[in-house]
Amino acid sequence: MKPAGWAGIAAAGFLAALSLGTLAVVAVRAESGAGFGPADLAAIRFTVTQALASAALSVLLAVPVARALARRRFAGRGLLITLLGAPFLLPVIVAVLGLLAVFGRAGLVSSALAALGLPPLDIYGFRGVVLAHVFFNLPLATRLLLQGWQAIPGEHFRLAAQLGMTSRDIARRLERPMLRAVLPGAFATIFLLCVTSFAVALTLGGGPGATTVELAIYQAFRFDFDLGKAAMLALVQFGLCAGAALVAWMVAVPAAFGGGLDRPVARWDCHSLASRLADAAALALVSVFLLMPLLMVALSGLGGLADLPPGLWRAALRSVLVALASGALAITLALALAGAVMRMEVGAARFAGLLEASGYLSVAASPMVIGTGLFLVLFPLADPAALALPVTALVNAAMSLPFALRALIPALRDVERDYGRLADSLGMSGAARFRLLTWPRIRPAAGFAAGLAAALSMGDLGVIALFADADAVTLPLLLYRLMGSYQMAAAHGTALVLVVLSLGMFWLFDRGGRFHAAA
Amino acid sequence: MIRPFLNAAVLSLSLAPALAGAAMADEKPVLHVYTYDSFVAEWGPGPAVEHAFEAICACDLKFTATGDGAALLARLQLEGARSDADIVLGLDTGLTARAAATGLFAAHGRTPIVDIPNPHGEAGSWDDPLFLPYDWGYFAFVYDQTRLQEVPQSFEALIAAPKDLKIIIQDPRSSTPGLGLLYWVKAAYGDRAPDIWAGLQPHVLTVTKGWSEAYGLFLEGEADMVLSYTTSPAYHLIAESDDTKAAAVFDEGHYMQIEVAAMLAGSDQPDLAGQFLDFMLSDAFQSVIPETNWMYPAITPDGGLPEGFANPVSPDRALLLTPDQALALRDEALQEWLAALSR
Repeated sequence: MKPAGWAGIAAAGFLAALSLGTLAVVAVRAESGAGFGPADLAAIRFTVTQALASAALSVLLAVPVARALARRRFAGRGLLITLLGAPFLLPVIVAVLGLLAVFGRAGLVSSALAALGLPPLDIYGFRGVVLAHVFFNLPLATRLLLQGWQAIPGEHFRLAAQLGMTSRDIARRLERPMLRAVLPGAFATIFLLCVTSFAVALTLGGGPGATTVELAIYQAFRFDFDLGKAAMLALVQFGLCAGAALVAWMVAVPAAFGGGLDRPVARWDCHSLASRLADAAALALVSVFLLMPLLMVALSGLGGLADLPPGLWRAALRSVLVALASGALAITLALALAGAVMRMEVGAARFAGLLEASGYLSVAASPMVIGTGLFLVLFPLADPAALALPVTALVNAAMSLPFALRALIPALRDVERDYGRLADSLGMSGAARFRLLTWPRIRPAAGFAAGLAAALSMGDLGVIALFADADAVTLPLLLYRLMGSYQMAAAHGTALVLVVLSLGMFWLFDRGGRFHAAA
Repeated sequence: MIRPFLNAAVLSLSLAPALAGAAMADEKPVLHVYTYDSFVAEWGPGPAVEHAFEAICACDLKFTATGDGAALLARLQLEGARSDADIVLGLDTGLTARAAATGLFAAHGRTPIVDIPNPHGEAGSWDDPLFLPYDWGYFAFVYDQTRLQEVPQSFEALIAAPKDLKIIIQDPRSSTPGLGLLYWVKAAYGDRAPDIWAGLQPHVLTVTKGWSEAYGLFLEGEADMVLSYTTSPAYHLIAESDDTKAAAVFDEGHYMQIEVAAMLAGSDQPDLAGQFLDFMLSDAFQSVIPETNWMYPAITPDGGLPEGFANPVSPDRALLLTPDQALALRDEALQEWLAALSR
């Protein structure tokens, strides 16, 4: 086997150790394990219901938005795409405060209602959890679908125009087959993210009826120190995620659109007023929904800039370095894994599937269990505080890997299918093939993946909290400390700095990768 | 130019712990104090405490911070006997029975006279052999006087208030004040606790993971009252010159939170740890507490308490379960709470 294959296997082994190995470590350390009570079963039921609703709503709403973005060209389109990605990258508490500033009892909508003599909105409860999850995940769904649209070569639309196809024909011949291929994966991804969600459900859930499995895991650690139960619940979470992934895999059918010349996509079918209005409405609505909370975060943050705490910029530098390391790690792991998957698909398809699955393990894992397992392994060997930053970079790279692979593997597959034989016949191989053929084509996917990893690790508060060094705080920790000591104004200012840096980081990577930028 | 700068930054970040370790090797013993996160913030008690103690101990005081009190106990249980910790500072009396059962803590052998109400014994006496108090407070519902006019003066009055009077509380499974409220209702109402919770349920806007989220939502105007401490208004008064916040005084009395510290049985610096516990009860430590931790000091410092710290609750209205009672009632109280609020 070539070295690249071994690198992929090593990456897969590492990921399996990180998600399943840590679970095993926690389970081995457990002394007792209480069985599941009715509260745990209720938590499992709530988790699945809200995740199904959130994922379905996110994906359905994303279709018109992604279509509008795919077939319209307008000034500020690139900026809009970047900004629409923001909610996904926000630290949860910041996003919740932004959402409440718009939809809360004292928020903009309720104030407007009050002016009309109507009672305030009440978003707490199941609807609040779903609203927040849609806010977080609609942008991701839009991004995933947009990639699907962009994978249809411009030549197809050109041909469709020559054949006199209407929008409806194009939807039937091109867009629906694409959605059929892309939607199940997008749905499953968002379902998984909502399954492992934790803080959102608690703040907006309105009561203990809104308890997710991840919260039950947290409770098992903190309230009962019952490692056995925590491990069992983490297994249940794995089961739920594996089930969802399996269903998505069985439902999805690959769409093969073949190669193109990477011409800018032009559409001749959608000049009618009705279609223009529909697209404008979709974009306007989603912009208001996603950007208003962001704007509120920015506004209250500006007021807090005068109160920024000492140590903010040191914390910011630390966070940026962790984010850069995490982005680089994510790309390395993803390329190693994706490369090995491609290589094995030829001869050892089953093994390739296994390898690919290892990349998705982390999204199903409980961050609490990963953190605790790593702590148990590393504590006897080294000072946890000294490892806080490297571990944060590493775990977040692993956490963003599913997105990296979702973007990279299809891109690599397309390259091989469309240009592989040509490159073989030209005798292109090794570094030259990667540099001249592969890299230019997977750059957008790679940039997107690295940007995600960087931004996610920037906002991380899970792993770092367990390892934290009292003196080396990161921005999210600082934010939380401020909130924990009454200093809301300073917290708002810090949140703004965090949001700007996260978004900037994502933009830098993502921008570096987008080749459709010409369009 | 950016690359050398980044390299230097990466190097200094990754080497900082190693260099710090080398500098510490010059004979000075190190005292490891495990505490909760907000204690070590730059504006918290940590820096002043470290400075004052290092001035008298010829040692290096090193804080390790994790989450809150319950997270702290979980961390110690994860580390077990191998832990570096010499002192743990930041558990409360709702946790100490569980903490004592781990066998990780050593007796302190001290009998301080404290300024803490004592519903279970002689005023001023402190008889826990393992844990020593360093500050305390009363849980209370805090409100904004400009927004709430009809302030409920008891749980019963809160239940009877109009439906749109909303409170925010914390989840007892993830937050110390949240657990404190369970004990408050239990201590005040005993077997009637389920009825009280059923009555409160329509007023509960939401239940948050921790104090920070709850208080943040309250400050944003989401609810009329939030579960916090009687000392919370003092923060707004002293730090922000804002006198609009107040704590509602309840007829049933108020449940106390007493924060405690202890030395670890496995400490390799038992003498230093003992010295720290004495220091903790001295003026130098106690006088820092009010305006950094926003709690009442365990022993009132010579200079008295700052303005705004006048206690609105008389000591005979203090409610507290003993650590053993708290442990025994914990699961039952939680089940009652879950049953009432899951509806």
